[in-house]
Amino acid sequence: MKMVMAIIKPFKLDDVREALSEVGVTGVTVTEVKGFGRQKGHTELYRGAEYVVDFLPKIKLEVAVTSDQLDRVVEAIQTAANSNKIGDGKIFVYELERVMRIRTGELDGDAL
Amino acid sequence: MPTTASPRPDLPRRLPALTALAALALPGLTLAEEAATPVLNTGDTAWMLVATVLVLFMTIPGLALFYGGMVRTKNVLSVLMQCFAITGLISVLWVIYGYSLVFDTSGMEKGVVNWHSFVGGLDKAFLAGLKPDSLSYAIPESVFIVFQMTFAIITPALIVGAFAERMKFSAMLLFMGLWFTLVYAPIAHMVWSGDGGLLWDWGVLDFAGGTVVHINAGVAGLVAALVLGKRKGYPTTAMPPHNLGYTLIGASMLWVGWFGFNAGSAVAANGTAGMAMLVTQIATATAALGWMFAEWALHRKPSVLGIASGAVAGLVAITPASGTAGPAGALVIGLVAGVVCFFASTSLKRRLGYDDSLDVFGVHAVGGIVGALLTGVFAAPLLGGFGTVTDIVGQVWIQAKGVGFTILYTAVVSLVLLKLIDWTIGLRVTPDEETEGLDLALHNERGYNL
Repeated sequence: MKMVMAIIKPFKLDDVREALSEVGVTGVTVTEVKGFGRQKGHTELYRGAEYVVDFLPKIKLEVAVTSDQLDRVVEAIQTAANSNKIGDGKIFVYELERVMRIRTGELDGDAL
Repeated sequence: MPTTASPRPDLPRRLPALTALAALALPGLTLAEEAATPVLNTGDTAWMLVATVLVLFMTIPGLALFYGGMVRTKNVLSVLMQCFAITGLISVLWVIYGYSLVFDTSGMEKGVVNWHSFVGGLDKAFLAGLKPDSLSYAIPESVFIVFQMTFAIITPALIVGAFAERMKFSAMLLFMGLWFTLVYAPIAHMVWSGDGGLLWDWGVLDFAGGTVVHINAGVAGLVAALVLGKRKGYPTTAMPPHNLGYTLIGASMLWVGWFGFNAGSAVAANGTAGMAMLVTQIATATAALGWMFAEWALHRKPSVLGIASGAVAGLVAITPASGTAGPAGALVIGLVAGVVCFFASTSLKRRLGYDDSLDVFGVHAVGGIVGALLTGVFAAPLLGGFGTVTDIVGQVWIQAKGVGFTILYTAVVSLVLLKLIDWTIGLRVTPDEETEGLDLALHNERGYNL
């Protein structure tokens, strides 16, 4: 099992959610986050006082998948979140040791 | 000649209308007897009731929102609270002694400088002698009292912007009570009380309060910003306005309310009021565009905060001129105010390094000075004005003396008051309270529970 964590542009969230549904993903966790990468921040100017805003708003997606789903899921996110501009974000994949559904106590593959 | 330009004392400007009315009603009276008996005019009264409400609306919620939007989330309530509390405090002080200190004319004589040239007596304390049928001009004195009260309220409330985000509420209340008593009341008396008032006798033109309200508050604001010191983290920490929507709504309310301020200062529903309304609109619109284009050219983008600030700068600058300037004068006054205040609130402020949080000095003092001086220029009929000024240079010199006197007086007295408060109860919140935000630290409330 793998945990796929992606940082994407906020306005791409609906496209990504749709693409994930199409490849059979049934659950996603979404968080509003801030950060910076190569896109850097922007400047704001109020009555001549200039502020550099370093952290831009992004969306963090977390999707737990079985290992055989992984490639399709990563590709779906990459395709849907791509606007071909700097700042589109990144996808991180890491090992997932255990999953349990709280209501039933089902484990791992059954819980996903 | 102030008697024709300013609404306050005497009645020469209003005499034709009054005598005409009196002549209709009592054809047997002689001219002198008619002139001696003011008659209530219901049209004037209706307008002044409305104008009074408009000016109160400028402070709550207009100014409160204008300022409230410009501070950070953690301080929004403190600013709203300060404006609201000042409204209450000054209303009460006005009734107890304020109205008397400003408008009691006992002991005053044209050209004679005595104690009462500087401040009124206490003959009208607790509104002594007020009856339902007491008249000021052609309106009930009760309406005149409340109308003038709303000016006394907004002037100290303007200062709030200069020390926003760092002053103790208790110190703020104490300062405002003292400042109203020792600065606002005397200056208003000297300019507006009529023959025998110091600046009135000099011939200073101030139709609706350029010196009394704006220079007065703007300079006091600068002094307060200097005495209190910079906000923690200024200017390295980002302190962007938290809700420019509030600020624009507040600026819009100020713009609308200002028709009560300027056109209401005619104390009549007449041609002077109409002309004041017209030039107010012209100067405000021009100043808003002036600031916007100046910013667009120099900072690459036109901003909401910029255009709102420009509108207020225009309103400030046209205030002293609104009874005497014509439409052409209003265009010039608006344009100069918009551009000059833009520079004062951006480049000049940064160069001098003081932290006047919301630019009370840059907008109100600088705009007020621009307006007060140009009032002397554009009151001349030669330049489309409706005053009686023929010697423009001489009138500008008189205006400059009025400006200089006001700056000096308010700066010195404000400084003394602030230092006294600082030595006794302290002016400033603790660094921890400042970091936490005044809303929670001083009022146990938060502006936003989202």
